[in-house]
Amino acid sequence: MPKRKDIKKILLIGSGPIVIGQACEFDYSGTQACKSLRELGYEVVLVNSNPATIMTDPEMADATYIEPLTTEILEMIIERERPDALLPTMGGQTALNLAVELSEAGILDRYGVELIGARIHAIQKAEDRDLFKEAMEKIGLEIPRSAAVKSMEEGLEAIEFVKFPAILRPAFTLGGTGGAVAYNMEEYRELLENALKLSPVSQVLVEESVLGWKEFELEVMRDMNDNVVIICSIENLDPMGVHTGDSITVAPAQTLTDREYQRMRDAAIAVIREIGVDTGGSNIQFALNPSDGRMVVIEMNPRVSRSSALASKATGFPIAKIAAKLAVGLTLDEIPNDITRETPASFEPTIDYVVTKVPRFAFEKFPEADPALTTQMKSVGEVMSIGRTFKESLQKAIRSLEIDSYGFDERKTDQDKLREGLKTPNSERIWYLAEAFRQGMSVEEINELTWIDPWFLNNIREIVEFEDRIRNSVQEILENPELLQQAKSLGFSDRRIADIAGLTEEEIRKTRKNLGMRAVYKMVDTCAAEFEAYTPYLYSTYERPMYKLKSKDSETGSGNSAECEANPSDRRKIMILGSGPNRIGQGIEFDYCCVHAVFALRELGYETIMVNCNPETVSTDYDTSDRLYFEPLTLEDVLNIIDVEKPEGVIVQFGGQTPLKLAVPLEREGVQILGTPPDAIDRAEDRKRFKELLHKLDLRQPESDTALSIEEAVKVASKIGYPVMVRPSYVLGGRAMEIVYDEESLVDYMKRAVKASPEHPVLIDKYLVDATEVDVDAISDGESVIIGGVMEHIEEAGIHSGDSACSIPPHTLSSEVVEEIKRQTRALALELGVVGLMNVQFAVKSLNQGEDKIYILEVNPRASRTVPYVSKATGIPLAKVAAKVMAGEKLRELGLVSDPVISHVAVKEAVFPFDRFPGVDTILGPEMKSTGEVMGIDLDFGLAYSKAEASAKNQIPEGGKVFISVRDEDKRHVPEIAKIFIEEGLGVVATRGTAAYPKDRGIEVEVINKLKEGRPHVVDLIKNKEISFIINTIESARARQDSYYIRHSALQYRVPYTTTISGARAVARALKGFRYRPLTVMPIQEYHKKD
Amino acid sequence: MKKALLVLQDGLVFEGEAFGADGEAVGEVVFNTSMTGYQEILTDPSYKGQIVTMTYTQMGNYGINEEDTESSGGPKVEGFVVKEYLEYHSNWRSRGSLGDYLKRHGIVGISGIDTRALTIHIRNYGAQVGIISTEDTAPEKLFAKIKDHPGIGGIDLARLVTTKKEYKWFEPLWQWGGKDTTELRTHKATSDTYRVVVYDFGVKFSILRNLAEENLDVTVVPASTPAEAVLEMNPDGVLLSNGPGDPEAVTYGIENTKKLLGKKPIFGICLGHQILGLALGGRTYKLKFGHHGGNHPVKYLPTGEVEITSQNHNYCVDIKSIGDKVRLTHRNLYDGTEEGMEHVELPVFSVQHHPEAGPGPNDARHIFKRFREMMNQYA
Repeated sequence: MPKRKDIKKILLIGSGPIVIGQACEFDYSGTQACKSLRELGYEVVLVNSNPATIMTDPEMADATYIEPLTTEILEMIIERERPDALLPTMGGQTALNLAVELSEAGILDRYGVELIGARIHAIQKAEDRDLFKEAMEKIGLEIPRSAAVKSMEEGLEAIEFVKFPAILRPAFTLGGTGGAVAYNMEEYRELLENALKLSPVSQVLVEESVLGWKEFELEVMRDMNDNVVIICSIENLDPMGVHTGDSITVAPAQTLTDREYQRMRDAAIAVIREIGVDTGGSNIQFALNPSDGRMVVIEMNPRVSRSSALASKATGFPIAKIAAKLAVGLTLDEIPNDITRETPASFEPTIDYVVTKVPRFAFEKFPEADPALTTQMKSVGEVMSIGRTFKESLQKAIRSLEIDSYGFDERKTDQDKLREGLKTPNSERIWYLAEAFRQGMSVEEINELTWIDPWFLNNIREIVEFEDRIRNSVQEILENPELLQQAKSLGFSDRRIADIAGLTEEEIRKTRKNLGMRAVYKMVDTCAAEFEAYTPYLYSTYERPMYKLKSKDSETGSGNSAECEANPSDRRKIMILGSGPNRIGQGIEFDYCCVHAVFALRELGYETIMVNCNPETVSTDYDTSDRLYFEPLTLEDVLNIIDVEKPEGVIVQFGGQTPLKLAVPLEREGVQILGTPPDAIDRAEDRKRFKELLHKLDLRQPESDTALSIEEAVKVASKIGYPVMVRPSYVLGGRAMEIVYDEESLVDYMKRAVKASPEHPVLIDKYLVDATEVDVDAISDGESVIIGGVMEHIEEAGIHSGDSACSIPPHTLSSEVVEEIKRQTRALALELGVVGLMNVQFAVKSLNQGEDKIYILEVNPRASRTVPYVSKATGIPLAKVAAKVMAGEKLRELGLVSDPVISHVAVKEAVFPFDRFPGVDTILGPEMKSTGEVMGIDLDFGLAYSKAEASAKNQIPEGGKVFISVRDEDKRHVPEIAKIFIEEGLGVVATRGTAAYPKDRGIEVEVINKLKEGRPHVVDLIKNKEISFIINTIESARARQDSYYIRHSALQYRVPYTTTISGARAVARALKGFRYRPLTVMPIQEYHKKD
Repeated sequence: MKKALLVLQDGLVFEGEAFGADGEAVGEVVFNTSMTGYQEILTDPSYKGQIVTMTYTQMGNYGINEEDTESSGGPKVEGFVVKEYLEYHSNWRSRGSLGDYLKRHGIVGISGIDTRALTIHIRNYGAQVGIISTEDTAPEKLFAKIKDHPGIGGIDLARLVTTKKEYKWFEPLWQWGGKDTTELRTHKATSDTYRVVVYDFGVKFSILRNLAEENLDVTVVPASTPAEAVLEMNPDGVLLSNGPGDPEAVTYGIENTKKLLGKKPIFGICLGHQILGLALGGRTYKLKFGHHGGNHPVKYLPTGEVEITSQNHNYCVDIKSIGDKVRLTHRNLYDGTEEGMEHVELPVFSVQHHPEAGPGPNDARHIFKRFREMMNQYA
C-alpha cells in the first residue's frame, strides 16, 4: 500500500528527560522516526523537553519545540501547528500517556488530529489491566491470576484469590515504578498504599507471583495488511522477579525448542492482533514455568521500547525506522532491508551470534538505597555485546560495563554472604555466580538459590573451569597458541587472562601478536550470511583459521588466517570513541557529541568509524557512521580495531571520561589522538600542574591543600578557613566529596576517608560560601577561541554542576564579570593548546564593596555535559564545529568570528531519580545524582525557568502555600523571598525559627509545627495538599537527619521543592514573570532565526 | 577433545572437534539459518545425502526429546556441522543430550569451526560435496576421497528414505499440556472423514500431523506405489510429500502423478511440488545453495498476504515453463523464486515451502485447510 497522502504534517512526542526506565533509546527511536517520515516527504513537528537529544537538533524536524511535555503546552503546539496526525509510539510511556490524555481531553478531536501507529483503544487495551486480561482470555492465553484494584478495600479482597507471594504493579508508571513483591499481609498493606499513590490513575495490579519463572520477550511488528513478523526473541538470564530493564538478557532465546518457540511466536502474533496495534512495533513479555512449560503473558507495550532498541541493535533490523514508515501506510514488503538491499523488511531476522545485554547500576551514588533488584527498575544504563557464543558475548559485556571488571573477577566472601548474594538479586550477582562455582557449589545448588536456568549456569561454570586451566598453565599460555586461542574465543580479555596468570595485560597482548592471533570482525547482517550485506556493522571474535589445500599433493595450506569481514577501505578516515553505558555523570549528552562529530566529519568527506557498546544510542545506529564497531571501549578492544582500520586519527574528546581515559595509553601505542593533545588533558587534571598553569596565567583558584592524617587535615582546614570541601584523591567525579563546616565533621570525615584508603591523601579546598558558579563551553582551533555559552548556575557553588540548573545568558552577573570570565577562558584555551572543545567552571564571589572575585574551579579540555544544551540555546552546533576544527579547519573558515549572542533565555534543569530510591535524601551536594536534564526556553528568565521546572516536574506554584524551613545562614534571605510569594497571592508557612525573621520585618507568615512539635504539623499540611511548594535548606549532617521527613514527604506526595536558597530565589523571580506575559510556545528554529 | 576435520570438494579445510559418532560422513554441504529446531532438521528426510551446517552458533541447548522428530529411526542428515556444541542442556522436555543422540544413531558431527566463514563460502561458491572425519586427520587424504564425487544431482534419494510399507497416521499436532502425542501415532481413527493417501518421498511427520489435525484419514504409501494401486484405494485426495534430492531422478513419482492428474485432488509440498511441476510438463532447476531456514517471506499473490515460512529445498520449479495450465500463487520475496501454483482447471495445487513448519513458523499452516476444502469440493 503506498504511503498516505491525506496526511501532511505529523506531530511526534519525545520522551522528555532521561530518567530510570526511559533513557536515550527514545532519542534513538525518535530520531529514526523523524528521519524516515521526512524522507517520505512529511512535515514533522517535534516536541521534547530534553535538549541533549539528537532528535531536537533543528535539522531533524521542520519545527522543534523544546517545551514542557504537558497537555496544556501540547494543546498550544497543536493549535499553532495544526498537525494532521500524532505518532505517539516513539516517545516511550511519556508520549503514550500524553496521547491518551490529549485524546481523553478531547483535544485531538477538537483539532482534527488523528492518532497513527496505535489508536486509543489499542493503547487502553494494552495498558489497562482489566481490558488486557479480557483480551488475553479471548484469544485463549493465560496471564497470572490477578486483579486490578483501585483501593485498599478492593486490594484486600483481591489478595484472597491471588495469594502470596503477590506482585503489585501500579498502572501507567515509568519502568514499573512502585512495583514490588509482597510476601505477607503487613507488607502487602504498606506496599499497596504506596503503589496506589504512584499510579496516576490510582490503579494497581495485584498479581500471582511467577517469581523464578523463565522470562522471555518477543519484539513484534505489524503492518496495515496485517502482516506480522517477529524481529527478535530475548531470554532473560535473571528469571521473573527482576525488572527486565535490570536483568541480564540474551538474544536469541536459548532454551526453547522450536515447538515451544513457535507456540510463543503464535501467541505474540495473536496478542498484537487482538490488542489491535495497527502498525509498528510492540514488545510482549512471557513467563514460562521451568518445570512444566506453562506459559503466561506478562505484558505488552504497544509502542517502541527499550527492548526494541536492543532488538534493533541485536539484529540490525531498525524497528523504529520501519515502524514510522508503517504508521503512514507503507507495508513491510514495500520497505527494503537496508542491510541486504535486495530483500524486503517483511522477514524475520536470523542471527549467527549471541547478544548479551547487561544493565549498569549507580548504587555507589545512593548508598542509602536498597540494592536488591526487584520488579522496579533501578539501573541507569546498559551495555550490549556481541559474540559468536554466549560465553564470549557475556565476557565482552562485562568488560563493556566500565566498572573496572574485565571478566569474572573474584568476589572473595564467606559462604553466608555468597548465598545471600545469590539468593537476593543484586547488581553483583553475575560475579557471585562465578564465585559460587569457584567455591565448589554445583549447578543444582546455585539454580536452587537463584532460579537461573542451568544452561546459563553451566556456561559460567565452563568459564570458571577454563580460568583454572589458565591458572595452572601459565607458561603454556605464553607458548601454546591453541590454549590462548581457546581463551580468546571464550571471550577472555587480555587483562583477565593476565590477572589470572599473574602477568601483565601487555605481555598477553604481545604474546598474542607474536602468535599472529588477531581478533577478526564479523558482520551483523540480519540474515546469518544468507545474503550479502552492505552495511559495515561489525563485532569482534576469535575464530579458528580455515585454509585451502594448495593442490592435490600439497603439504601446506595457504591463507592461514581466520576470515575477517572488516574489509577496511583506503579512504581518509577518523575513528570516534563513544561513551559506553549511560551512568550518572555520563549520559546522552556525550552520545550527542559523538554523533555530531560523525556528522561533521562525514560532511568533510572523511570515513567515520564509531566504536561504542551502548545499544540505547543514536551513535550505535548502523547508518549514523560509515562503519560501526559494536565493541567494549577497553584499550584492548580499541587497539584491535585500530590494527584493522588504521585510521588517520582517533577522537577521544566527545565521549566523556570513557575515551578520555584511553587517550594516554592509546598515544603510547602510537595512535594519533586528534585535537587537544593528551598532555593538555593531564595539565588540566594533575593538581600540581594545574596550579602552575593558573599561576602562569595569573588566575585565581580557591585555596587548597592535601592531608594524609586527621591532624594534618585539621591544621590545613584551620589555615584555609571553614567551610571546606573535602574529597579523597583516588576517586574522580565528585564521588565521596563533602562540604564540612566545622572541625567535628572534618574529623568524622577524615576517620572514614583514612579508613577507606590510608595511602591516599584527602584534598581539602576552600568552600566558597554563597558564590555563584558559572560554566563556560568554548571551542578553540589553537589560534582563536569562540565562547559557545556562559552559563550561570541557579544553585550556588558546591552543588555538582550536573545537578544545578543554569541559565544562558547569565541572569544576575554583570557584563564586566561575564567579559572577564570569557577573557580567562580564552587565555586558558590558548595556553593549553586546546583544539576542539573545552569546559571551564568558575565561581564568582561577590564581596561587600560590589567587587566580584572570580575563581577557577575546574578546566576540562573536552566536550562537556552542557554542549548540547548550549547548542540548542544558541543554534551553534558546538560539537560539530569542534570536530571540524579537530580535523584541521579553522573557526574563521567555518564562519565563526564572534561569540554567539542571544536575545532569549534558555534554562537547563536537572532531573533526579530520587523517587526510585526510597530512603535516599534529596539534598544536593558535590556528588552528582541527576540522571537527565530538561530545557526551558522563552524570552525572559522567569518564563524560561518556569518552563524548565515544569519540564522537570517541579512546577512553580501559582497558588496554595509555600512552606519554608531553612538553615540559620539562609534566614536573612527569607523576608525578601516570602514577600514575593505573598505579593503573588500565595500563602507562606514556616517553622517557628524560620518564621521569626520575616515576622520581625512585618511580613505575615503562618507558623507550623515541625514533626516533633505536635499536631497539626507540616506533614499534615502536605498530606492535605495545602502545600504547593517547599523550600528546605540544611547545613550539618545532623540537621539533615532532623529535617529528612520534610524532603521525604515532598517526594512522596509529589510536592515541588528546592533545597537551596538560590533555587528559592529563582522560583520567586520566575513567579513574578507570570504576571507580565502569558505562557507561549515557539519552535527553536524561530528562536535561532531571530538572533 | 577429539579432533575432526571438514574438507570441501574445492579444497577448503576446517579444523574442529568431534562430537556425536566417530567416523566419516560424505554429503552435499548446505547451511540452515533456523535458530531453533535442530532436532527437526536432523530428522527431516529431505536432508538425506546432505551435511547440514547450522548458522546459529549454540547447539544442544535444549537437548533432545521424544516428540519433536520428523521421521522415525533417528537423524537423516549425513553429518552435522556447528560452531559450538553444548553437552549440557536445559528444558523440561529434554531427555538427553544432542551429542549422545547423534552417537546413538551413528551421525558424525564437527564443532568449533567458523560456521559463518563456511556459510559465506557456500553462498559465494555454491553447495558442494564435503567430508567430515573424526578418524583421518590428514586433509589431503580426505580430499582425495571426495574430489571426484559426482554430487547428489540425478540420484533418486527418495528411494532411500521412503517407507517400505503402507501405514496409517493418527497423531495430531503437538499442544502444550496435551497428551503425550507419540502414543497417538498408533491410535485408530474414529471419524468418517476424507481419506488422504500420502506419497512418501521422505515425508516429514509434521505434514502427517497437520493432516491428522484436520481430522483426515491418513494413509502413507511407499514412493513407488503405482498410481493404479492408489486409485484403487479410492482416496478423496493425494498428497505428494517432501523429500530429498533431485526431482528429475524420481521418475516413477512423476509418471504416477501424471496418472493421478484429473482423477484425484492433489496437493504437493516441496519435492512433491517439483514432481507435480515435472508431471505437468514443466522443468526444474537447481539453486546455487538452496533455501534452508525458517524466515523466508512468501507472498500469496491472490491476496498480497506475506507469510514467514519454513524452507528446505535445493531445486525449484520454473512455473512459467508449464504454460497456462497453472497459475503462479506464491512468490519468495527474498529472491523472487516461484514457490506455489494451482491448476487452472483441475483440483491440483502445490507449494515449494513447508506449510507444516517443523521447524519454523506456522504462518502457512492454513493451507492444509485449503486441501480439505478442495477435497470437499470434489468429493
